[in-house]
Amino acid sequence: MNSYDLIIVGAGIVGTACADYASEQGLRVAIVEPGTIGGGATAAAMGHLVAMDDDPAELALAHYSLQLWEAFTGVPQLEYSRCGTLWVAANEREYALIPTKIARLAAASIKAELIERERLYQLEPALAAGLAGGMLVAREAVIYPPAAARHFLDRALARGTVLHRSHATAINHTGLQLADHSLLSGPVLVATGCALPQLLPQLPMRARKGHLVITDRYPNLVHHQLLELGYADSAHGDADSSVAFNIQPRPTGQILIGSSREYGSTAADVSMATVTRMLQRCFRYLPALRQLQAVRIWTGFRPVSADGLPYLGRVPGQAEVWVAAGHEGLGVSTSLGSARLVIDQLLGRATAIDARPYDPARIAA
Amino acid sequence: MSAARLTIDINGHALEVAEGISVAAAIAILGLPFRRSVGGQWRAPLCGMGVCFECRVRIDGLAQQRACMTIVRAGMQVCTDD
Repeated sequence: MNSYDLIIVGAGIVGTACADYASEQGLRVAIVEPGTIGGGATAAAMGHLVAMDDDPAELALAHYSLQLWEAFTGVPQLEYSRCGTLWVAANEREYALIPTKIARLAAASIKAELIERERLYQLEPALAAGLAGGMLVAREAVIYPPAAARHFLDRALARGTVLHRSHATAINHTGLQLADHSLLSGPVLVATGCALPQLLPQLPMRARKGHLVITDRYPNLVHHQLLELGYADSAHGDADSSVAFNIQPRPTGQILIGSSREYGSTAADVSMATVTRMLQRCFRYLPALRQLQAVRIWTGFRPVSADGLPYLGRVPGQAEVWVAAGHEGLGVSTSLGSARLVIDQLLGRATAIDARPYDPARIAA
Repeated sequence: MSAARLTIDINGHALEVAEGISVAAAIAILGLPFRRSVGGQWRAPLCGMGVCFECRVRIDGLAQQRACMTIVRAGMQVCTDD
């Protein structure tokens, strides 16, 4: 009776995307989530659907996923907005790097264009004077991530997926033990992000704290998701603490202001020192932000794997245990591709992109 | 003894008011409605001390300013409902 074709642990954006796709493929699915649907890193995230070009595997997964997101552009509750991503070059050195980035993106079939200084200010008149130019990725978009998780779950539930509102306490040889003493039998897929080590201690996971600020409604101040080109240095560098200019116009007219990255902090409290540093960075690029009214500040934790790439696939040494976790700041962008990569392997099918860079065996072996 | 007077603009109406009063008080003198919520409901100052954010108006081009916390300045452009 409590037997399933797949038991998914965690109903964040990744777990719910897995439930959606697995149920669509005809599997009898259970999903285990004691908390809010999409209430962890998913709810804290910006919801920027973006491809980063600095790692070929990550880029392939992002491109695959961004294509899959196109199926959801018309779902109202997702608040899908194709604002595009405008990367801003602070100086000539950063501007000179853009053609290489455009070529890398083009190799992954993503169209990006060089934006000269004059056009940069036509696109975004509020940007600070003295910037060198930019790179526009016009097809990229933003969504509201917790609503996407809810939507994926609702689709799965409509196909007969069963939601268990309990904590998963242990994986055993027949399936999953829950805190309410029930036992679910079947293959287990763990998609619990930062909480992964509770069930799979052999797969290292670090939490990387971030802060976000959201303003009141100021429509048309900015039109694109704006990031500094040095963002990847902050995002993929290994510094204990870093900030980068990363601004998003919400469809409501509100402006979402990021970003910060910190290792070693496990408390969810807002650090005003970090927020100040982050805002000072953003004011340099967008001075008009100084005058605006912020309405909320919050924190979240990005799940970071041992090498920065998500664990997607079978857990080595455990035939019936699978994992989809460790996407750091790209979990929303790459959730749909991640789900397909894992479920297609589970079904013994060929995957649409090379699954080997994500094989958890690279770490746990 | 009477306070010095100055002139501000509220929704295109020139209004002479006493120096030192709040924008919220000036709007009340003119008898204009404050603002509408995103859902279309009328809103007006509730707390008068900067906490409730119900009195937000556009001042000199910048939206979402609390009228109760802003003192009038000569030539100020106030827009209550845009």
